[in-house]
Amino acid sequence: MERVGEVVEASTTDFVAQCYELYQSPPLGSLVKTGDSGGELYGVVYNAATTSLEPGRRPIARGKDEASEEEIYRSNPQLLKLLRSEFNALVVGHRQGDKLHHYLSPQPARIHGFVYLCSPEEVKEFSQSFDFLNILISSHLTVPVDEIVSACLRQMSQAHEDRRAFLVAAGKELAVLLSGDFNQFKAILGRIKQ
Amino acid sequence: MNDRLGIVVSGSLTRGVEVRLDSSASVEDMVVGRYVTIEGNRRRFFGMITDVSLGVTDSNITQTPPDVADPFIAEVLAGTSTYGTLHVSSYLTIGGDVDSLLEGPQPVKTIPGHFSPVNLASERDIELVFGKEDEERFWIGNPLDMETKLCLNLEEFVKRSNGVFGKSGTGKTFLTRILLIGMLQKSKAVNLIFDMHNEYGWAGTSEGGPPVKALKQLFQDRVAVFTLDEENSRRRKVSTDFVVRIGYDEIEPEDIGLLRQTLNLTELAVEAVYQLRRQFGKDWLQNTLDLKGVDELPEGVNIHESTLQNLQRGLMTIRRLPFIEPHAPTNAVDSILSYLDRGINVVLEFGRFRDITSYILVANMLSRRIYAQYQARMERAMGEDIAKPTPLVITIEEAHKFLNPELANQTIFGTIAREMRKYNVTLLVIDQRPSGIDDEVMSQIGTKITCLLDNERDIDSVLAGVSGKSELKSVLAKLAAKQQALIFGHAVPMPVVFRSREYGSAESYKDFLPGKPAEKDIEDLWS
Repeated sequence: MERVGEVVEASTTDFVAQCYELYQSPPLGSLVKTGDSGGELYGVVYNAATTSLEPGRRPIARGKDEASEEEIYRSNPQLLKLLRSEFNALVVGHRQGDKLHHYLSPQPARIHGFVYLCSPEEVKEFSQSFDFLNILISSHLTVPVDEIVSACLRQMSQAHEDRRAFLVAAGKELAVLLSGDFNQFKAILGRIKQ
Repeated sequence: MNDRLGIVVSGSLTRGVEVRLDSSASVEDMVVGRYVTIEGNRRRFFGMITDVSLGVTDSNITQTPPDVADPFIAEVLAGTSTYGTLHVSSYLTIGGDVDSLLEGPQPVKTIPGHFSPVNLASERDIELVFGKEDEERFWIGNPLDMETKLCLNLEEFVKRSNGVFGKSGTGKTFLTRILLIGMLQKSKAVNLIFDMHNEYGWAGTSEGGPPVKALKQLFQDRVAVFTLDEENSRRRKVSTDFVVRIGYDEIEPEDIGLLRQTLNLTELAVEAVYQLRRQFGKDWLQNTLDLKGVDELPEGVNIHESTLQNLQRGLMTIRRLPFIEPHAPTNAVDSILSYLDRGINVVLEFGRFRDITSYILVANMLSRRIYAQYQARMERAMGEDIAKPTPLVITIEEAHKFLNPELANQTIFGTIAREMRKYNVTLLVIDQRPSGIDDEVMSQIGTKITCLLDNERDIDSVLAGVSGKSELKSVLAKLAAKQQALIFGHAVPMPVVFRSREYGSAESYKDFLPGKPAEKDIEDLWS
């Protein structure tokens, strides 16, 4: 199981994790999990950012005399320590014991909890039900919801042998959820069709 | 086993229920007239698809249609944002408990609950409602898009007057032939067929094909062919059993009344006939024609010169009919009755005399006498507790000429249709213009079988008084031009569209012939 970071901020609806390596955040829309054997939280990555460690100090341009981007990092090895990559995940479900629930967990994630990228088997198990789509659609995020939903479905479809059947089934579920907003539905369909 | 179509989403008892199609069911496979079952919580409903429509969840879809050239998008949209709906009229219901199962299907008095699943009716459902082919039930065709045999209870069918309607060329004659064979085999009734176009006796015509066998060829000993036109029958190589001749003395004033329009007689001329009959007795027709003018009229008869001329001109037309003779050598009525009493069906061919004057005159005259005999026998049977006469079905074509509002009260057929089975005589009316038939007669017709009709008035007239008329109307107007028919009324528990059974091939004749089941049993025994 691939460890991708550590929780640094958490609330009931989402959590922020910092990556161990710069720029190593999981892809947009991928399913991640955090927690211990007592209970696990599942989240969908909806945002990633790389910023300066200190909020007051913005990075400055350094590449004027360098031949390539890699050269900049080679000449300034401290940069890797002064910058950090973080990603945000929206909580879409949790596991208690053997049972998988597609709704919010009673407890938020714990700070310093390790965050793992889910294996294809886990993704497949989680996406047996499309109940989590409702959480994604009704969330108020800084990132457009259409993008998150379509990115998430594209990611999940890779875990299924029959990608098309999975996407058609998801599309049908979306048709019901978005029955009042055909334009948004059409936008998502356009992003998940192969 | 059942093919699920969708779920009930709304409805009312009077208007029928709306069914939303599942995405797996294609709206193009749904055709009006198909038979469906709805599984309610406690009972099953049997109904018929009467309308098909398209729906969308969001009106934006219709304004900015998505790109359905992409199969993915088309597949996602089908059954979700865009869906098909069916309008189903339910007719029968059967409860889930043992008692209701024994009772069989009952007329519907409620509707299924929300989201009850809807299935295509299976063969078993059809059998449950219409019964299997047996002693009384006759296979008349197959329900739309199904292989199941649709059977009609002919014993029940002949208890009322019935009608076969449809535009010219839609298969009325073929259907009637099938019904006649059915009655011959499965009911105790005998038929008297006034065969205007020589279609039922020996051989019938078929559009673009060789002639088809008719009743006599298939059932030699159960059918007698009578003819008005011996020469024509001989030329067509039809072996006839009896040549009908009609004497002047057999024509009654009522017969002239019926022919008023076709003979172009005035009201006064018809009135005069009664006076003349009173004066001259049985030979009135000959005597009237012999008159040279009003001067020769007997005393007490007061007829105007022009009226007499009008009447004489009309009577001349009758006298010119070749089958009319001063004195008929044989009595056609007695002969017909003697055949009917032996359980032999009688087909009366008109040969070349297909004009409406001959048809009305002969059909009406013979039927009136036969009916009078039946009435007398029936009354005697009731009084003396002896066997009732064999039920008789009289088949007439071009019925609107006899049963139009003007004549329905005068012809014997109007009386038969109204008084119905009291005297064991019923009608089988074949017509292409049902709107021409008197409403009162139409309302007394028990079972109606109708092929395609496209005239609004004809459709209204056939469906008058039927519950769910507007729904059936859409079904009726969409029937195929051939072989398909809608049957509803007394003899069937619910309306059903069917494709009439094949008639005309050697194989089909074999199917009709009796004794086949026995042979089959023996085959089964040895195989």
